[in-house]
Amino acid sequence: MKLDKFIRVVLLLVALSGVSGLALMTAFIFKEGLPLMVRLGVADFIFSSQWYPSEGQFGIAPMIVGSLAVTAGAMVISLVFGLGCAILLTQFCPPRLATGVIKPCIELLAGIPSVVYGFVGVTILVPFIRDYLGGPGLSVLASSIVLGVMVLPTVTSISADALRAVPRSYREGSIALGATEWQTTHMVMLKAAMSGIVAAVILGMGRAVGETMAVIMVAGNPLAMPDSLLSPVRTLTSNIALEMSYAAGDHRKALFATGVTLFVIIMILNTIALAVSRRRARRAGL
Amino acid sequence: MIIRPVTTHRIAVAALWTVTVLTIAVLLFIIAFILAQGAPHLSVEFFTSSPRSMGREGGVLPMIVGTLFVTGLAVAIAAPVGIGTAVYLTEYTRESRLTALIRFGADCLAGIPSIIFGLFGSVFFVITLGMGLSVLSGALTLAIMVLPTIIRTSEEAIRAVPRVYRDVSYGLGGTRWQMVTRVVLRSALPGIATGVVLSIGRSISETAALMLTAGSALGMPRSLLDSARTLSVHFYILSREGLSMPKAYASASVLIVAVLLINLLAYWSMRRFVAKVT
Amino acid sequence: MTSARTIAIRALALALASIACLPGCRKNDRRVLSVVGSTSIQPFAEMLAEEYNGRQDELDVEVQGGGSTFGIRAVTDGIAQVGMCSRSLKPEEQFTAISIARDGIAVVVHPTNTVDGLQLAHIRALFSGQVANWRQLGGPDRPVRLITREEGSGTREAFVKLVMGKERISRQALTQESNGAVRELVQHDPAAIGYMSLGLVGQGLKSLKVEGAQPTSQNVINGSYPLVRPFLFVVKGQPTADARKFIDFVLSGEAQGMLEREGLVRAK
Repeated sequence: MKLDKFIRVVLLLVALSGVSGLALMTAFIFKEGLPLMVRLGVADFIFSSQWYPSEGQFGIAPMIVGSLAVTAGAMVISLVFGLGCAILLTQFCPPRLATGVIKPCIELLAGIPSVVYGFVGVTILVPFIRDYLGGPGLSVLASSIVLGVMVLPTVTSISADALRAVPRSYREGSIALGATEWQTTHMVMLKAAMSGIVAAVILGMGRAVGETMAVIMVAGNPLAMPDSLLSPVRTLTSNIALEMSYAAGDHRKALFATGVTLFVIIMILNTIALAVSRRRARRAGL
Repeated sequence: MIIRPVTTHRIAVAALWTVTVLTIAVLLFIIAFILAQGAPHLSVEFFTSSPRSMGREGGVLPMIVGTLFVTGLAVAIAAPVGIGTAVYLTEYTRESRLTALIRFGADCLAGIPSIIFGLFGSVFFVITLGMGLSVLSGALTLAIMVLPTIIRTSEEAIRAVPRVYRDVSYGLGGTRWQMVTRVVLRSALPGIATGVVLSIGRSISETAALMLTAGSALGMPRSLLDSARTLSVHFYILSREGLSMPKAYASASVLIVAVLLINLLAYWSMRRFVAKVT
Repeated sequence: MTSARTIAIRALALALASIACLPGCRKNDRRVLSVVGSTSIQPFAEMLAEEYNGRQDELDVEVQGGGSTFGIRAVTDGIAQVGMCSRSLKPEEQFTAISIARDGIAVVVHPTNTVDGLQLAHIRALFSGQVANWRQLGGPDRPVRLITREEGSGTREAFVKLVMGKERISRQALTQESNGAVRELVQHDPAAIGYMSLGLVGQGLKSLKVEGAQPTSQNVINGSYPLVRPFLFVVKGQPTADARKFIDFVLSGEAQGMLEREGLVRAK
């Protein structure tokens, strides 16, 4: 009994240190970044396009647009390919092939380091876009493709989980009524798994927004707002990474403020994902 | 014109297969591309010697050592703390608003971009705590980065253990701690292990955050306060500076093979464990 | 009853833990000199450090990048003993600067670009965005693609000081974080123009004549090539004894010769 009490105290200490470490980090980011945002005016910080740190101007609008554009592009790609793979894996593929070959391959995709993705992007994708589609090659398009592939495993695995969670009776009932498997999929299964799929997309978006290294290498990082798929772009994360090492004083605080912005975006995305999966749990009668 | 459902079905299946095959093709292409250019330059010397002449010659031994130290230390810190936190939250406390808040916080933090952890680490560990650019700064930064993931996956795994197991353990007269270690953790191990393996993978791939906390020195790290360059950072610097493409490809090959091995190991050990328990 | 597997897992954990401790426990009988900063200077400093470390056992010189301004911050914050800076210090930066070499800044274009040389005013017009097409400067009919470095780069700051003056670099300029990345881009894009360390240009690129002078070491020495910036080792106050030893080595004839062979120009 005494041992149990001792263990309980030890575990409490461990849990406290874990939680407080995370809380410390959150507090630190907000403490460094928020005052500057308030001082400059949050609206000014977010909507101004003037990022000239040496002159004391900190407007991150082009980077926000950049992050959104690149993320949107990435989600299109990861939705088409990722959801496609998930549907195939769960509805149309013989199970041995699915778990033995396709699933491991997709998990491997998740393990490749981001710098390798960026490198392959710069070496192969960027020249291709420059030579055949125009523009400098470093572009929203290149970033979207690279990010889409990186985020794909997330979308696939969560969507596949959602599809597998649909009760068998749905599928069997539909087939019994005479529908083809594809009709079953898009009229019944996808609708039933929709909230899970939405959660997958939102979590994928969170991953895409947060990626740094690969994007720095293929995006071009100008200061200007991107105006087309082929124009170069700078994202919020690239901005931090490019300038972090030497930034001091207000400039450093501005980067922390960018971090706060990212934090808030992720929190919003996570809240939506949580709400969506709660709705799904409620529907399933849990 | 009405298209027969069977036809749409066939078209759809063909499209889905195309999409999947393309995805796998991309994966295979990336691996083949790197290995084809890098494998010829892998040699015993590459794995056992230090880089010379700005990295144009020699090997990557300090980088391998650096990666092992930083990643090993990070996981050695984060795994016990994370699993312990998860155990405490699920087994020793009641479900409350606090635990829900902690869960939400961990979920958010698991999704925060790693560059922000790098921001935090480069100011807090490197400067404020005075650790400088070092293995220690890098490892602590990585540990905080992977902690939320480990907490969440461990918690999910522990909660997935059926209540019955716990009741039976108590019924047999075991203490709570015995129940936790011998019953719950044992059943939850595959899930926990997945979280840890994911964290290892994320740590190995991490670049930007490490450059600003562990630095990028070429030398062999001999103490926790030495700066160290991990394999990812080395590959990044080599490929961006263009100093030696063969060495860059070779480093990337080692990275990819390491990732492959870790994934295989996790996969194999999971299957063995699941087979044993079921 | 502890199974063999449990024993194995415990042993493994113990082993891992002790491996993690080992580096910290080793008696540290060698001193470390941290040299941090400019990515332009980094390869050369690494080469010299490798040479110096190989010659003696008591001092370990550790070189890292991060950019010129990062180097200055590192010295200010005490993380490093020596900072590497590839531009001259600003007036508010109160440090001791020791010039270890001189480096030209090359303005580089694709080999097929018909433009051979430019006046400073032209380069300024190009990089501020006023000249948008190569045609306006006697080149092919292509929109100009500007490549620049990140804000903390010593190369960029030197370029801004020597060429741009009060004008801002165009917002459309693509930002890359290293000399190598600039070189890669310009090498493959016929419309691109960028600036980089002269010592790192190598093959595959065309370096433009500036104000009529070819970008050669000779012209850097005799002053006819205008884009020259110092490679500085920066310390707070006086260099420590260890720093002094390494700096003396770097300024020795032999080390300066090594730098020259790699494309730099001796410190005066």
